Amino acid sequence: MKKIVIIGGGIAGLEVSRLLLQEGFPVTLIEKSSHLGGNIRNYAYLFPDFTPSEEILKNYTSLPGNADLQLLLNTEIEKIDFSSRPYTLFSNDGIAISADSIIIATGYQIFDARLKEEFGYGIYDGVITSVEMEKMIREQHIVTPYGKAPRRIAFIHCVGSRDAKVGNTYCSRLCCITAIKQAIETKKLLPQAEIFCFYIDLRMYGLTFEELYLNAQKEYNIQFVRGRLSETSEMIDKRLIIKAEDTLIGRPLKMMTDMLVLMVGMEASNFSKQFAYHNGLEIGEHGFFKPLNQFNARGKSQKEGIYFAGTSIGPMSVAETIEHAQATALSTISYLKGKEN
Amino acid sequence: MATFDFLEIRHLHIDYDNLDQELLNEVIREEPSFQWCISCGCCTATCSAGNHTTFNIRRISLILRRGEVEGLEEELKKCMLCGKCTLVCPRDIQLRNVVMNIKKIILKKKTA
Repeated sequence: MKKIVIIGGGIAGLEVSRLLLQEGFPVTLIEKSSHLGGNIRNYAYLFPDFTPSEEILKNYTSLPGNADLQLLLNTEIEKIDFSSRPYTLFSNDGIAISADSIIIATGYQIFDARLKEEFGYGIYDGVITSVEMEKMIREQHIVTPYGKAPRRIAFIHCVGSRDAKVGNTYCSRLCCITAIKQAIETKKLLPQAEIFCFYIDLRMYGLTFEELYLNAQKEYNIQFVRGRLSETSEMIDKRLIIKAEDTLIGRPLKMMTDMLVLMVGMEASNFSKQFAYHNGLEIGEHGFFKPLNQFNARGKSQKEGIYFAGTSIGPMSVAETIEHAQATALSTISYLKGKEN
Repeated sequence: MATFDFLEIRHLHIDYDNLDQELLNEVIREEPSFQWCISCGCCTATCSAGNHTTFNIRRISLILRRGEVEGLEEELKKCMLCGKCTLVCPRDIQLRNVVMNIKKIILKKKTA
């Protein structure tokens, strides 16, 4: 029987595992942390319809009990020997695993907001990231660092995205709609609060995203200001002063706010980059793995039998990640049956 | 002295913490669609008055949403109320009704 190794136990890795097991292939799933799920666990609710992320993870709860699944938690793959077939993978604790096909589902990491020093993350307590905001939304409890319900909150789009100064020139795609989702959730929890989104462009690419944007204006009175944050400063009472240009008016704008939420983008994970470097796998100019092409082989690598699933090739939503994982599962099955290479 | 811009900083900056939102709130109450604007500029491009004067309806709406009312009444006199802005608006904002309401509210305040 052909052996398949999947690296990464986020939703991409889980979806590929589920499908391959369903088709009768034995699978080894390797996860570097102590639990499955990956980055989706940072998000309580998903855009565009506020589905709880648990609903997605529920599809995979029966996986660990499957007899054909070998699950290796707390395990990192360091090196792959491509010199002979089947390939051999070596883990950090010295285990050797052989594989006819390998699926790389190593995901992403969020941008380290401290690199945008002028935004004040890690310097001023009132500045938080969207991941920290999501945690407050999950706990249904949004408070300022001085323990009060914020009266004004500003969401800053494109933090660590579309920014040559931090080396990420691409658009992370999901932060715009996430900001709108979180702004609505915040307004539901704090109906008295004033909420602002500072954006460069609003990229509502999904079919139902635009109506969520309209709804944010219509039902929740969320204000959109076109202009990028230039700098944050803090007052003695810990409130923040932010400066931006209102580019639609063409004049600088100054605003006091109790809380600042930085919409951090998705980056290729450090693990993926190192893994690619040590194993001669090609990465693209933005640091993510480079698929064979951008059209009909987005899940294939340059090497035979090696596939990609999910955000290891670039920013994707949960829905897109699952779809990509499904496409990769199909390619892998075709390959293992000798119908495709 | 008044010609030195840096002494008139109020007019250069939009100071969000000292906004006059009274007129804005009243306009939104009368015509809620006013806050759905995405500043696409279709209204201004098609505007009959805007094609012959410096009248810019998008900018006026935006400035009002930033709480600035100075000179608004005078500026709105340029509008001919033809309603083309309302016809072209992709977000279905009743812009003609917005203009009518601003005029009405300002007049009401004056006569009150």
